[in-house]
Amino acid sequence: MQILQNFNKAFESKARLGIMSVLMVNEVVSFIVLKDLLSMTDGNLATHLRALEEANYITFKKEFIGRKPSTVYSVTEDGKKAFENHLNELEKFIKGS
Amino acid sequence: MNEHLENLKEIRSLMERSSKFLSLSGLSGISAGICALLGAWYAYAKLHVDGSSLLSIPEVRHEIVPKLVLEAIVVLGFALFFGVFFTVRKTRKQGLSVWNKTSKLLLLNLMIPLCAGGFFCLGMLYHGFFWLCFPATLVFYGVALVSASKYTLHDIFYLGIAEVALGLIALFLAKYNLICWAIGFGVLHIVYGSVMYFKYDRQESEIPK
Repeated sequence: MQILQNFNKAFESKARLGIMSVLMVNEVVSFIVLKDLLSMTDGNLATHLRALEEANYITFKKEFIGRKPSTVYSVTEDGKKAFENHLNELEKFIKGS
Repeated sequence: MNEHLENLKEIRSLMERSSKFLSLSGLSGISAGICALLGAWYAYAKLHVDGSSLLSIPEVRHEIVPKLVLEAIVVLGFALFFGVFFTVRKTRKQGLSVWNKTSKLLLLNLMIPLCAGGFFCLGMLYHGFFWLCFPATLVFYGVALVSASKYTLHDIFYLGIAEVALGLIALFLAKYNLICWAIGFGVLHIVYGSVMYFKYDRQESEIPK
């Protein structure tokens, strides 16, 4: 199982894979939509988002939609590269076994 | 191994689902349907009072047709207004702005067949093929929905097919023109809107799984 070492630790959980896949195909995604898409609780989602943000893979900004504040997330260049690498590793692993 | 395959499947489905415009409100459909039914009722009253057979007499046609066209524009205006209103409300609830990549794609794919149909009908009116406008609007609208269905809730695909079918029925059974039109734009919208409302809007989670 040596190949597993190439897997990116930041994407270890299903939740983080989910967050990254949604952000890869959308310019910006709001917290509420992420929560709905991934069926996660506020706290759980926030924790995973923070982890990805600390890894510099995603950024966020606060916006106002009408009068309501909304946090929208997007993926960074680093995040894109890292996620693509991770997918390639996954693919290799599946083909190899 | 299986776990990774599962993950890949999940990634694919998330990517596909999240790149669609999923904020169409069922209430938009219901309100558009009600507008259409009121419009159809008005048209029926006009045609009925004046006698639909009279439409073949040019002088009468000249009198009624502009009224009906004006009425159609008013109905379209109200339907669009309420339709946009409820959908904008839903996107706001989701913390999104309405004008995003997915909504643009959706609009583009909806508008191409729809505008083509609109001009086609104006052309037919110009040449005096008044009754053909009923089936034509249904068919073009159905095609527009089918083309837009790739960018939003897939349920719209079936609504589109139903509209096209009704349009073709109206074309060959010209007697049932207005009835088909009322069913297509009125009843189907209300049915579709209610189904969508209970399927998606009412749930705690606003986005289909």
